[in-house]
Amino acid sequence: MTIASTIQQLCFLTLSAVVVLGALGVVLLPNIVYSAFLLGGVFLGMAGLYLLLNASFVAAAQILVYVGAVNVLILFAIMLVNKKETLAAIPGLLLRRLLSGGVCAGLFVLLLRVAFTTHWALPGPQPVGEEATIRIGEHLFSDYLLPFELASVLLLMAMIGAIVLARRDVYSSDVITGEPVDQGLIEKTRTPLLIDSTAVDGQPLLETTP
Amino acid sequence: MSADPIAVTRNASEAVTIAFGSSIPLQAYLAVAALLFCTGVWGLINSRNAVRVLMSIELMLNAVNLNLMAFSDYLDGQLIRGQVFAIFVITVAAAEAAVGLAILLSLYRNRETVDMERFNLLRW
Repeated sequence: MTIASTIQQLCFLTLSAVVVLGALGVVLLPNIVYSAFLLGGVFLGMAGLYLLLNASFVAAAQILVYVGAVNVLILFAIMLVNKKETLAAIPGLLLRRLLSGGVCAGLFVLLLRVAFTTHWALPGPQPVGEEATIRIGEHLFSDYLLPFELASVLLLMAMIGAIVLARRDVYSSDVITGEPVDQGLIEKTRTPLLIDSTAVDGQPLLETTP
Repeated sequence: MSADPIAVTRNASEAVTIAFGSSIPLQAYLAVAALLFCTGVWGLINSRNAVRVLMSIELMLNAVNLNLMAFSDYLDGQLIRGQVFAIFVITVAAAEAAVGLAILLSLYRNRETVDMERFNLLRW
């Protein structure tokens, strides 16, 4: 991007603050809906950082795929599994959080040390700037052709897999009368295989069958 | 050779890019990406809600993407292979999100909960 240095630094600081604070909000906020919307903000901030890095095509792809598809998908999942549940207390949860926080802080320090002590080959070649989209197209249809085609196969597999996994099994006919029903929302009762084996009255569910 | 106006403009533009292109050090991007990645790791370990676990994975993937893009711009400016790789990462992330949320829905139908601590069937 050919904008003045101060503006560039200001943009970088603002976008970094948005991304980092948004990520902290995603992780720390108790309400999952706020987390999902903040995640959209993080994705938009990342797209802005990509624009600062001379990558307009990837920024557009980021907005289309992440904000437009992944974030909406996450919101749908939140709506589908939206049940108020009180989480049971776990012994040693605070200790676990502090320990993992320490490990993550150590990882952060390690990464910072690597980033600041390595002698990067700077300055590198002149960035192509606005020709980046053309270069990406050339790459995708010459030396990255096989991964490109495999990505389309992967997306097809993911689509079919997601449909198969999330599909409900429905009865095609009414259970009592045997007449065919048109509404596809009557759900089969699930086998209690994965539900906790202790039933409500304390009897194990598997041993109640004679 | 007489000055071609378009070439002159492009040269001026490149001069501006050279003069101002490195006003942000590469390490600043790496630091932001590292912070984002560590936040994602912490959320991945500590989230009780399964949807939040998927969100943390997205955060980590985004941090990796930011690293790729920063290296692509600063160290590989002509052959922007990092950007191509970032596009593939975005593709795989989209597939992962779709399958992950489908698995989550199926899990929720079976267990009636999204609490990660109660998905312990395979725990010994």
